[in-house]
This record gives sequence, C-alpha cells and structure tokens, in this order.
Amino acid sequence: MSKISLIVQREYLTRVRKKSFIIMSVLGPILFAALMVLPAVLANLEDKEVKTVAVIDESMILTSYSGGKAETTIPETEYLKFVALQDVELESLKENFSSTGYYAVLFIPSNIINSERALLYSDKQPSLDVSNHIRNALEGEIENLKLVANDIENLDEILREIETSIRVSSIKWTKDGESMESNTGVVMGIGYGAGLMIYMFIFIYGAMVMRGVIEEKTSRIVEVIVSSVKPFQLMMGKIIGVGLVALTQFLVWIVLTGILVAGSSVVFGDTLQQQVPTEQVAGSELFAEQDAVPLQANQPGEGDQILSDIFTTFESVHFGKLAAAFVFYFLFGFLMYASLFAMVGSAVDNETEVQQFMLPITIPLILGIVLMPNVMNNPEGPLAFWFSIIPLTSPVIMMVRMPFEVPAWEMALSAGLLVLTIFGAVWLAGKIYRTGILMYGKKVTYKELWKWLRYNN
Amino acid sequence: MDLLTATDVVKDFQAHRALDKVSVSVPEGSIFGLLGPNGAGKTTLIRIINQITAPDTGTVTLKGRPLSREDIYRIGYLPEERGLYKKMKVGEHAIYLARLKGISSNDARKKLKYWFEKFEIGDWWNKKIEELSKGMQQKIQFITTVIHEPELLIFDEPFSGFDPINVNLLKKEILKLRDDGATIIFSTHNMSSVEELCDHITLINDSRTILEGEVNQIRNKFSSDIISVGFEGDPSALEKGLDRKFEILTIKENGIGKEARIKLASDAKQNELITALAGLTDIKSYNEVLPSMNDIFIQVVESASPKNKKAS
Repeated sequence: MSKISLIVQREYLTRVRKKSFIIMSVLGPILFAALMVLPAVLANLEDKEVKTVAVIDESMILTSYSGGKAETTIPETEYLKFVALQDVELESLKENFSSTGYYAVLFIPSNIINSERALLYSDKQPSLDVSNHIRNALEGEIENLKLVANDIENLDEILREIETSIRVSSIKWTKDGESMESNTGVVMGIGYGAGLMIYMFIFIYGAMVMRGVIEEKTSRIVEVIVSSVKPFQLMMGKIIGVGLVALTQFLVWIVLTGILVAGSSVVFGDTLQQQVPTEQVAGSELFAEQDAVPLQANQPGEGDQILSDIFTTFESVHFGKLAAAFVFYFLFGFLMYASLFAMVGSAVDNETEVQQFMLPITIPLILGIVLMPNVMNNPEGPLAFWFSIIPLTSPVIMMVRMPFEVPAWEMALSAGLLVLTIFGAVWLAGKIYRTGILMYGKKVTYKELWKWLRYNN
Repeated sequence: MDLLTATDVVKDFQAHRALDKVSVSVPEGSIFGLLGPNGAGKTTLIRIINQITAPDTGTVTLKGRPLSREDIYRIGYLPEERGLYKKMKVGEHAIYLARLKGISSNDARKKLKYWFEKFEIGDWWNKKIEELSKGMQQKIQFITTVIHEPELLIFDEPFSGFDPINVNLLKKEILKLRDDGATIIFSTHNMSSVEELCDHITLINDSRTILEGEVNQIRNKFSSDIISVGFEGDPSALEKGLDRKFEILTIKENGIGKEARIKLASDAKQNELITALAGLTDIKSYNEVLPSMNDIFIQVVESASPKNKKAS
C-alpha cells in the first residue's frame, strides 16, 4: 500500500471514529429535519386548544336565525368557535369574564358599515390568527352587503366567475426548444443552499486540516513521520483524508435527513399536509428529492402543488448537472482552501497565532456569502460573473448561479481557473509547509514566509 | 569499510552558516558518535543525511553511491524532537509507523509483540498515547525506530527523558543492535554514554569538524601520562625513593587505601616506574589515567572557539 494512502487512511479513520464526528452526523440531520418539521408540529400543538369567542352583534349583519335561536355566520375552524349572545350587556360580561370561559368577546356595533370598526375584548392579547380570521370574515360579509346594495343582476354568478387565484409560473426556454416550468423561489433556494453548504464545509473542514497540522507540529510527531514520507505526501494525505471525512459527513447527513423527514412525514403527515409553507420546502431543496417522495404520497391539494413545483424545477435545472457541479466545487474548493489552511498551520506554533494568516483566507470565503443575495437577484450581472470566475469565490458564487443556467464557456472558465489555482495553492502550500513544520519557537512574519518560499530544499 | 560518508557538506540558513565543509565517515558495523555542543550543527547534518533538508553543496553517499529515496526510508531515525499522536492507541500507532516504514501489517504486529514483551509493556497495547508518561512514550518511539531492522540507525539524543534504569536498558539494546550488524549514528552531548557506546566519533563545533577518530585513539592522544597507583606503606618512602623522571602530583589517603598520582616525564618508561615502585612499597593497583571524553570535549571545544582564544 502506498504511503500516501496509509496517511489518508489514518487521517480518515481517526476522525470518523471520533465521538464528535458521530454526534455531528446524527445531530446534523436531526437539526435539518427539525427545521423542516418543527414549525408545522409546533403550530399544530399550539392550535390544539379550542378557543370560543362570544359575539355580540348589534348590527345583525353576521347573525342568522334558525329555529328562533341566533347563530353567528362567522365561519368556524376546528379550534376556533363562535357563540352568538343575545340580550347580554357588554358591561356584565366584563365583570365576570374569567368565569365565562370565553377566549374573547367580539362586539360588532350597529353602524359597522360606516365606522368600519369592530371591537375584540379579552383579558389577554388575542392572537393574530384569531383577529385576522375575524377581520377576513367581517370584510367579506360587508363587501358582499355593499355589492348587494348596488343591485346587480346575477351577482352570485358574476362573483363566482370573477373569483381568481393567480400563481406566477416562469417558463424557461431551453436550447432544444422545450419549455419547462420553473419556480424562481425554488431555484434561488437550491442555489442558496448549495452555496451555503460549500461555504460551511470548506470552513469547518479546512480548519480541521489546519488544526491537524498544528497538532502534528506541536506534538513533534512530524519529524518522525517525515523520515518515512515526504512532507508533501504528509500534507496531501491529510488534506485528502479530511476531505473524505467531509464527504462522508455530507452523505450521512443526506441519507439520515432523508430517512428522518420520510419518517416524520409518516408520523406528522396530516400536519405537514396543511402547514408546510412554501419557503420551508424550498429551503430544504438539497433534501427535497428524498423528502418529496414520501410527502407526495400522502399529500393532496396544495402541498401537492408545491412539490410538483419543486419537481418540475429540479427537472428544469438539470439535477444531474447541478449535482455534478456541486461535487466538483465542493471537492476542488475544499482542496484549494485546505492547502491554504495547511500552509497556515505549518507556519505557526499554536492555534492562538493563526489569526494574522487566517484573514487573507477567510475574507474571500466570507465575501462569497455576503455577495450571495446580490448574485441571486441578478445572476447574469457583472458582479455574479466576475465572482463566479475568480477562483477564491467561485465555489460559493458559481453554485448560487448554477440553477439559473450558466453559459457553458463561463462554467469551463471558472472550473479551469479553479483547477489551475489549486495547482498553484498546493505548490505554494507544499513549499511553505515543508519548511514550516520543522520550524519551532519562531515568530513567523509574512517576510519570513517569503524567504521560505525561496528555500531550495 | 565506510557505510556512510558525507563530504564537504555546507548549509546556510539566512545569515548563519549551520555547516561549513563538514565531512564524516561512518564505518560499517560501528557506533559512531556525532558530538558537539548545542547549536553546533548536529541536527542539521542529521536532517541532511535523512534528506529532510538538502545541503547547499557537498554529497552524502551510502556504500559509495548517492543516497536514494528508498535508502532513506530504510534508515531508522529517532529525532531529538519527537512525539506521537496523543489520541491514538499505542498498538495502532506503532503499527501505523511500522507500515510507513514499509512493513506489512501482519509482520508489524509480530515484531511489535516481540519488542513489547522485551520491554515488558505488552499491556499498554490498547492504552491511548496520552495516558503514557514521557519516558513510556520514548520506549514506543525507540521500538518504532528499530522495528524494520534497518542497517543504518540514527539516534539523536536517545536518552533524554529516560530514568537511569531505562537508559541502561536502552544502551544494552543499542549495543546488541550493533552486534547484530547495524551501523549506528549516535548524536549527543552526554559524554559518559559516548565512552560506553561509541567506537568512532566526530566532534563538531561552530559548524566545523574539530576532532575525529576512534574513541580509544583519541583518548590515548589526549593522555597526559599520569599514572594512578594504589599502595600500602609509608608515603614518604615514595617521595624519597622515586627518580626525578617520576613526578608525584598528589598522594591521597582514604578508607580503602592510599593513592598516588604520578606524572611520567617524556623519556620515562612505565616498566621503570613499576620496578621502582616495587622496591619501595606494596602495589595494590596500577592504572594509566585517561582523560574522560568529557574532559576532552571541554578542552577541545574551548580551545577551538574564537571567544576563548581571545580571552587566554
């Protein structure tokens, strides 16, 4: 077995077997799944309590009589009930409100059509859901009344006819002439998620490479190792090993998140069906393929629409191409930054000294994140173009642009430049590294690094 | 025959010349002492031999041909600055280092078992490195240095961090390795271990070679013709009876007996002294006083360094 693969093996195994890795592997997907499922579940739990609102309707607009008993016409929901009260004074209610068990008292004055104001009394702040529900009901009813007052023929028919709900579907023209439906929100979500993922993994695992190098240096194991292997092999072995750890973590997350979301969608299926908001699903695009299948199975109606949106969008952005680009930028972006991180690690004696050398590495990474919203708003603009070509920011920015269909030559230029830069970064890191790892107890400056670069060893 | 030779090695670091035309020849099957005060350039020379750094000029050859990368990997090198991965388990770590040296996993396990039993550390196998004391870690490092049975071994300050019992254990093993045919380069500034172990030495000071040769020859060369005689009888008889060629330096008396230190004049023969002494007193012991390597080291280094020259 070659030496570099031995090193890769050690770097990989020692990290994958660590408790922290296992905890992160399990915790990550739980967090992701929780982000997707929890809002729905929480909303569900909150609404379990049945609220009853007493209605004193002086205007009689929202009251109907059946069998001599007054009933309010405000539509009820599972957890929100309305009771019409007759011949009850507001003042008397106020006095013993807590003993009535009502959530609130709705007072509709007789002149509501003119005053456009109803009153909701309660001993606590009524929730926004409740007041919105009541407002909608009142608005609808009063608008109807006003329409009726105009005495239009066939009003009901006309109203039915004009009732519309608009969804804007963007259609993209592709080369082969086919047009597919795409949802801009979903596309942006895909780009954003992919870019963020790459940023996160480069940062976490790049720093892991750096800590590994510092550990080898401070524990003095490095001199023992370099008598058996070349420093360059040691460095590359570490970078590749840690890169594989990152990839493993990523795959574990995808699989576990898929299982978790699938599992929870079975348990909380009904809830998700009603509650999953569009943004939530769009934000989870990386896992959408997994969670879409089980979700779709038991989701009729609106949810179905959202998911088919995601599906058609995935088709329209060529999922295969996107995944390939993700893997490319993920691995090569990591390779580039990891070698720079390794270089920093080799130059310092302990982690407290890394600050001065970290800045040039972290600035382009953070710049990528900062520019993401701008790039999403104008994925064809000069800002998006240049930063998706410049190698230090391209792994993050190009992933944001990818779902918006990037011209082939721009892709090729960006990828080519990235690969070239990796050669440069690895060469540079290798030179600094082999001098740095054997240099102890010296305060290293940029000038010093420049000298190391010119050493002929 | 020389196993390893370094010829006219020069290495500059920024403003400072670490090695200035240093040459060493390491005879095959010997223990070769690479001596010198701190900062003399020993570690730099060793790093050059190991090709961790390259010399500016000069050559290093093994058995007459330039060292290849494969030769380097065959060397067993115990660096002065040494450590282990703290979080790894002892056995796993030892196997990893052995495999980096090109031994298969199975062979490594077998050989490690042998060494672990020899050093009586078999029950450490599943401990983590960080649970071991520094001396314990040094044992692991020694084992992993010799595990692949290299024909050339380089030990840089091997005894630092060991207690006297383990130093003896290690010395025994080093001598045994030499007897089994290995050639050993041994770098230190601990001179007493040099006398016990080394056959040849090179003394480097201030980036230059200042003394080299066989240990016995060097000690004889630095001999000051002083004889130590243990005797019984009247000390004044010696003072009166001895020829002028034999100058009595001191006569001491202790619990065991009396000891006289006598300096021979350049034309005096030792046999003459013995004959003369036999007529005067009862000889209990007779030794030539050879300077210790420590004395030679200090003497040579001090006379070679320019600072001291100016002072004297």
